[in-house]
Amino acid sequence: MTHANPNSVLTGTHFMNGDAACCEGLLAAGARFAAGYPITPSTEVVERFAARTPKTGGLFIQMEDELAASIAIQGMVWAGEKSFTVTSGPGFSLMMEHIGYAAMTETPCVFVDVQRGGPSTGLPTLPAQGDMMQARFGSHGDYLTIALVPDSPQECFDLAVESMNLAERFRIPVMFMMDECVGHMTEKVVIPPAEQIPVYPRRRTTKKPGEYLPFAPGEDLVPEMAHAGEGHGLFVTGLTHDDRGYPLMNPAQQHKLVNRLFDKILRAADDLVMVEEEGMEDAEAVVICYGITSRVARRGIQLAREKGHKVGLMRLKCVWPFPEKLVHGLAGRMKAIVVPELNLGQVVLEVERCAAGQCRVIRLPHAGGTVHKPADIVAAIERGMA
Amino acid sequence: MSTTVDFPIHNPVEDILRMDRIPTIWCPGCGIGTSVNSFAYALLSTGIELKKVAIVSGIGCSGRVSGYTKMDSFHVTHGRAIPFATGLKLANPELTVVVYSGDGDLTSIGGNHLIHAARRNMDLLVVCVNNMIYAMTGGQAAATTPGAAISTTTPYGSFEPELNIAHLVDAAGASFVARWTVFHVKMLEKTMKEALSKKGFRFIEVLSPCPTLYGRRNNLADGLAAMKDYKERSKIRNGAPTHETALVQGGEIVVGKFVDRERPDYLTLMRQQLGANYHPLPPQPDENPEAGVAKEDCCSC
Ligand code: SF4
Repeated sequence: MTHANPNSVLTGTHFMNGDAACCEGLLAAGARFAAGYPITPSTEVVERFAARTPKTGGLFIQMEDELAASIAIQGMVWAGEKSFTVTSGPGFSLMMEHIGYAAMTETPCVFVDVQRGGPSTGLPTLPAQGDMMQARFGSHGDYLTIALVPDSPQECFDLAVESMNLAERFRIPVMFMMDECVGHMTEKVVIPPAEQIPVYPRRRTTKKPGEYLPFAPGEDLVPEMAHAGEGHGLFVTGLTHDDRGYPLMNPAQQHKLVNRLFDKILRAADDLVMVEEEGMEDAEAVVICYGITSRVARRGIQLAREKGHKVGLMRLKCVWPFPEKLVHGLAGRMKAIVVPELNLGQVVLEVERCAAGQCRVIRLPHAGGTVHKPADIVAAIERGMA
Repeated sequence: MSTTVDFPIHNPVEDILRMDRIPTIWCPGCGIGTSVNSFAYALLSTGIELKKVAIVSGIGCSGRVSGYTKMDSFHVTHGRAIPFATGLKLANPELTVVVYSGDGDLTSIGGNHLIHAARRNMDLLVVCVNNMIYAMTGGQAAATTPGAAISTTTPYGSFEPELNIAHLVDAAGASFVARWTVFHVKMLEKTMKEALSKKGFRFIEVLSPCPTLYGRRNNLADGLAAMKDYKERSKIRNGAPTHETALVQGGEIVVGKFVDRERPDYLTLMRQQLGANYHPLPPQPDENPEAGVAKEDCCSC
């Protein structure tokens, strides 16, 4: 680990929205280059980035579409930079092929999705959390990603830094799953001094050209990286490839490569449990939530406690990989788990799977456009406790 | 008694090829390899440091070119070689970035990127091998397939007029536009050399036979017949207005350098406009080993 470059860090106490904070987080994490295509409600992230970059020495390019933006950033990464793109539902759908390309070619980068109501054009200016499964399974073929979900502008900063760090650590595309409310909400954001912001540097190889095998895994199954122009004669392809990067299309190599892409994340799954717990000491039921929904859940829990129900909150900051063991253990101790989300039931499927029938799992779906009412959460808790 | 004679024969193009990947997948009579030969000679003659050259291809028979060259090679998704190359060039302007791909890849699925890279005058050389067909997938009609030509998806002939790529990129603002066939190996080499030495968006179309999937169905069943056809139908017209260069089945093939204009490329324009407001790439802490090490103890990581 190293730390952030002071040139890119706006240290201080700010009053800013989630989109702006996300931009500052990615800058602090070392992104100097980005590409994007305008789409509500995400565009403010790159608008701010475009204004900030001349001073931080990089650039923002607005591409002709999301297909272009999502691959241009990968060109930037192979040139030696850290990069990201930002979008919302329809654009996220268009970017799927390149999320798969980044997974296959082990290109570290961040995809920010400021979620809005869908499907299709849906509700451009209103919130939803309907892309959660897409963040996990959206591109074709088998691969794993990491998806972080902030619930405040402060976390849009903090977890944006973390997203980029995890992308570099595992050499994967990381999904940063905001939503319209969190993106447009304005709150206090404290940006620490640069030297207090840990930054995961590019895992560059120290091997010489000729000795270096670009896709030979290290101990943690992640290969070291080299960039264009360094004399390694890299060969990067989306085809199934060997350790040299050369296409090798047979079942044995497919098995070896795809399993490694899975295992490099699965092995670290315990490290990737990022949750916030509140009131769990005496809890008999828990609300598992993420993103904007957790802010309503807090109020719902407060009201339920006033009515005498012992309820706690578990907020997932990292939804993928899903904290399987944790939720399994929790289900054994609880009467009920309530899962409110701004979709018709996505993450709850995982909760149900991990609870494995040990307790009631109460779904609290919502098609999006606004957030749940605290009273809905209270009612769901009461159903669970009954 | 051994009859082996030790003549070390070194083909100069080997210097840019991954010899461990030869032979290629290309069919006998295919023109893609011929174009690569011209490219190899052109590149070597420029004296550009090979380490600083990157080649990007999309998907298709021509999309395999990047992987046969020894420089940094990127085989990306279908149609997206140009935007990937754009990112590469912007983040490391020191690189000479070449996009080498086919007509289906660059003009159909990737057509939007072609237009906008030309408009931006992105500093890229794009070599478009035009075999007038989707070859890798088995011979389907492309945007460049001449009207009436037979393909697997146009068994009664195509009902669409073909795209004149040279005209398109010219209209979009490319700095340099040329077209040759693989019959014109020396002219192609010379043009490639010239294009490699120029800045901005440079586009070279190379007509190339696909005897296997285009020729067979359209009375040009072997590579040699296609070469004779190119020879007979080609007319060199340097500076020809690109709207006069359409490729019609059986008609004249206008070849030559059509456009060579001076226009600031994207990065030059950006630097001009930003002036003193632009701070080019201050070092990141991890690029400075001392700073990186010194700080390791002091932060909470
Ligand atoms: S199918 Fe056609 S384009 Fe492809 S390698 Fe064979 S001849 Fe060349």
